[in-house]
Amino acid sequence: MTLIGWGLTAATVLAGLGVFAAVATPARWRSAAVGVCTSAVGAAGVVVGVAALGGATFRAWLPWLLPLAGIRLSVDALAGLFLVAAGAVVATAAVYGIGYARAGHGPRGRGTQASLPLFGWALLLVPCAASVSTFLVLWELVALTSLLLVLAGHRSRRQVAEAGLWYAVMTHLGLVAILLGLVGFAAAAGGESFDSLRAGRLSPVAQGLVFVLVLVGFGSKAGLVPLHVWLPRAHPEAPSHVSAMLSAGMVNLGVYGVLRVGVDLLGGGAVWWWLLVLAAGAVSALYGILQAVVSTDLKRLLAYSTVENMGLVFVGVGAAGVFRASGASTLAALALSAALLHVLNHAAFKALLFGAAGSVLRATGTRDLDALGGLRGRMPVTTVLFAVGALGAAALPLGNGFISEWLLLQSLVHAVPAGGVVTALAMPVAVAVVALTAGLAVATFVKALGVGFFARPRSDAAAGATESPGTMLVAMGVLAATCVALAVAPALLGPALGRAVGAAGHTGGQALSGGVTLRLTGVVSTLSPLLVVVSVLLGISVTAAVARLVSLGVRRRRAVPLWDCGAGPPTARMEYTATSFAEPLQRVFDDVLAPETDVDVTPYAESRYLVERVRYHGRVPDRIEHRLYGPVLTAARVLGRAGRVLANGSVHRYLGYGFFGTLSLLVVLAVIR
Amino acid sequence: MTAAVVAAAQVVVVVAGAPLLVGVMRQVRARLEGRAGAGVLQPWRDLRKLFRRQPAGPDGTGWAFRLAPLILVGTSLVLAAVVPLLTTHSPLDRAADLFAVVGLLALGTVALALAAVDTGTAFGGMGASRELTVLALVEPTILLAVFALSARVGSTNLAAIVTATLHDPVRVASPASLLAVVALVIVTVAETGRLPVDNPSTHLELTMIHEAMVLEYAGVDLALVELASAIRLSVLLGLLASLFAPWGIAAADVSGLPVALLALTVKLTVLAAALAAAEVFVAKLRLFRVPELLAGSFLLAVLAVATSFFLV
Amino acid sequence: MRRLMRKIRSTGRVAEPAPPAPDGLSCPQARALGGSVQLRHVDAGSCNGCEIEIGSAFGPVYDAERYGARLVASPRHADALLVTGPVTRNMAEPLRRTYEAVSEPRIVVAVGDCARDLGEFVGGYGIHGAVRDVVPVDIEVPGCPPTPDDIVAALRGLTGR
Repeated sequence: MTLIGWGLTAATVLAGLGVFAAVATPARWRSAAVGVCTSAVGAAGVVVGVAALGGATFRAWLPWLLPLAGIRLSVDALAGLFLVAAGAVVATAAVYGIGYARAGHGPRGRGTQASLPLFGWALLLVPCAASVSTFLVLWELVALTSLLLVLAGHRSRRQVAEAGLWYAVMTHLGLVAILLGLVGFAAAAGGESFDSLRAGRLSPVAQGLVFVLVLVGFGSKAGLVPLHVWLPRAHPEAPSHVSAMLSAGMVNLGVYGVLRVGVDLLGGGAVWWWLLVLAAGAVSALYGILQAVVSTDLKRLLAYSTVENMGLVFVGVGAAGVFRASGASTLAALALSAALLHVLNHAAFKALLFGAAGSVLRATGTRDLDALGGLRGRMPVTTVLFAVGALGAAALPLGNGFISEWLLLQSLVHAVPAGGVVTALAMPVAVAVVALTAGLAVATFVKALGVGFFARPRSDAAAGATESPGTMLVAMGVLAATCVALAVAPALLGPALGRAVGAAGHTGGQALSGGVTLRLTGVVSTLSPLLVVVSVLLGISVTAAVARLVSLGVRRRRAVPLWDCGAGPPTARMEYTATSFAEPLQRVFDDVLAPETDVDVTPYAESRYLVERVRYHGRVPDRIEHRLYGPVLTAARVLGRAGRVLANGSVHRYLGYGFFGTLSLLVVLAVIR
Repeated sequence: MTAAVVAAAQVVVVVAGAPLLVGVMRQVRARLEGRAGAGVLQPWRDLRKLFRRQPAGPDGTGWAFRLAPLILVGTSLVLAAVVPLLTTHSPLDRAADLFAVVGLLALGTVALALAAVDTGTAFGGMGASRELTVLALVEPTILLAVFALSARVGSTNLAAIVTATLHDPVRVASPASLLAVVALVIVTVAETGRLPVDNPSTHLELTMIHEAMVLEYAGVDLALVELASAIRLSVLLGLLASLFAPWGIAAADVSGLPVALLALTVKLTVLAAALAAAEVFVAKLRLFRVPELLAGSFLLAVLAVATSFFLV
Repeated sequence: MRRLMRKIRSTGRVAEPAPPAPDGLSCPQARALGGSVQLRHVDAGSCNGCEIEIGSAFGPVYDAERYGARLVASPRHADALLVTGPVTRNMAEPLRRTYEAVSEPRIVVAVGDCARDLGEFVGGYGIHGAVRDVVPVDIEVPGCPPTPDDIVAALRGLTGR
């Protein structure tokens, strides 16, 4: 057997061990044993992924494992990339989970603990599936195990149960769409293995139908607007290491699905498919970051940022499809490489950020940014780690997110030779969206870092925070190191990305190459992330040295009270909060966000002109949820209530229904025959 | 090696000249207001004094507050080395393109905004929040203008764009280029906190954007912040000049440097004087009218891109 | 805009010619300033007469800025405090805090008779004292109110220009 085969076997055995450990070990050791096993599963996934990215492939058919169809597995470079992302997230999040659970957070029961290794394993196996039945079984396994993990805290918080309900419904609606699409595809192609799907000849209309169906399904998993509503509910309510696995690992499967089915199996298709993907991505990116910038809940902010980043990935995927359909294969490869690199970058910084958010939650018991602040003194390591992640997420130079957004912009900006009115209209809009998203992301993460970690504590909980245990810090440290590596040496990933893009059916070849300097194929622009980092550090040290030299003999920094305009020391209540920080942007984007404010004035009993108390309550609801899902839910409720008239408990009536049902069926049959 | 020397010379020239440029702007403004003015050297006198004064460490501030001035100046120095002001052969040109330049500008702003939030005062938070609101709205305009300028050249590296313009001067007069100029001018005004977006000489905290962020800095720290904002202003004006009037910029050899220095001085002085003169005629906009101005510049940038596609 | 342009052209320069420069600095701390002084103005209870004169001193006619003096918004940015008025009971503590907020070496300029020795307000029930009773004063500018020329002369004593 090859390395990949051994790796997958090892992952399976380790996942089994993890489940066994969850059931058999006493509660004291349970989380540690499960964490170690799950982490090993993730590590095996990374090994398999790296091997696949290195060019190795693997195919296996286990006919005895699943009745009728058997299990078909196949690993290529595209699967390898998603294996690396998911494996790394699972490996670190599981280690993090050990310390997190010891601090009294996260799943502790046997059932939920057993779901953890299974979830990690299923995350790794989905990209390896090579037949419709295998894919769907594993896909559902991911959904079920993650649902159990999301529900871990449902006893203590009502919101968890509500989030679980949304998640369960949305993920299964998505499954139905994928099921319909893939089963229809398999029926038309005459076989359910991916090989026969690839060989199948479908009419363009049928192809389009299949694509739209799977796009809906995969889009809901990736959190594309308007199918994102479950994401900002479920991801924050899950235990933090599970949030990391969901937000940095599971959402990627949506991207993988679209690439596998849309490009690999369906063969690329028409321009309008990819314009649809591009549009969905652009809307998600913009809406996601707008919601993130006004969020005051740290984990909800991160969840909306996931919507944004998946949107950016889909912009890249869509642009790649458009370029490919209009014959610009080099640009297509560049755009797809950008999207895939962004998947890796996002996985690294989002897992790190959710880890740090969990660390804050553990230390203070709150996720509300308005109640945090001043953590940098009491949680210095967490603060630095969050800053590294935030730098990546804000897509600023020196961070890893900047590299993939740079690549994405390069592919969009240089689309002119690709020609066609469609590119001429779509690409500027896409650039504008990416740019606006980048600007708002900066504001979002300055808010999260500045208000959450800097300044003075805004509550007693924040004032009494303590640093997290070593296991959590080590896990986050590994992720931070990954972020730095991705930020400094992305060019080294060139060959691997080239192979992944090739495995996705693109013929453009390797899009990025180089060592210190990042070079692109077909575009003259270059960037050297390492040199930029070095020169900024050099600039800072030269400045520090010169400033020290010039001010020799000047008295040392003097500790002084804050400048209070002479009025006495400012209290923590006078600080800007996350809400006030985002207020100008909320006002600018008033029409999109539609914030709600409640002003409740209570006068004294003696006179209505004397005000006893004014309560002000403002919130920014998810408008799409209100406008789109609200009516549907209301209609369902009304229908359900109306249905009660039919089902009043009378057995006679039910017998009557049966009788008339059979009768009408017989009548219909008689007419048809 | 010569390239590195020339790039270093460019950084030194920018650092030495940036406060003078601010002095020129103040002097032009003073003369138009009927004043005598303090002379173009005054910003350097201010800096010299500030470098000799004790810095403050207000209670409750941390490393973000201490590091921000250094990061701000550090990124500004890198910008001064990257942007082709004297030479198109900076060794950093292949390391950082126009997107990276925009990013480094934003990075400096972010460092200062975090420092402002770190003080925990209401004014600091207010300044940071406003500065980032402006930044978020400016970003799309800059990147679209970059798009309009670089799409035809096939590269976002500054030297490539500047060289292309040198070889084909008619490009400057194209509608795309002209619209991009206007968009970039508005962006420069917004990024450097000049009128009508922000008033650099205001004393009223409630109307401040940039100044509100630096209220807690004193002595050496303040000197660094002021120096950095002067460098950023010069680099942005220089970038405008290099993108739309690149004549006089030297290639790799040292012999072209005197001419390049002269050309740069003339271009920057003219631009700065024009900007200062324009400031006399406008009042500061209300904060919530600023997005309208920026939306207008965004529209111009979109038009620039559209024309770069359709009017070849 | 056309009108403003014409106005600028027809008005020309309104700043009066500079009187001869002072010989030497007026206080030892001013040596570190080197021709640049940033001032934070504190109204400690003034009748606003001095404020009007300070406004004129920094206006186009007297143009104190040409000698390197500038008003700033934060005491952290300032080298010197420009204090006017008798210090009222409510302003004593804020004045002390503002003085503390200026980094060293710091200079205090007491502008007007009230700031020096309470002027009209001697014996007032809301008065805490003169400026020198609250913070150490380096330079005093007499007058009720002092003329812009006096104020400018005092500032030139600091900048040495």
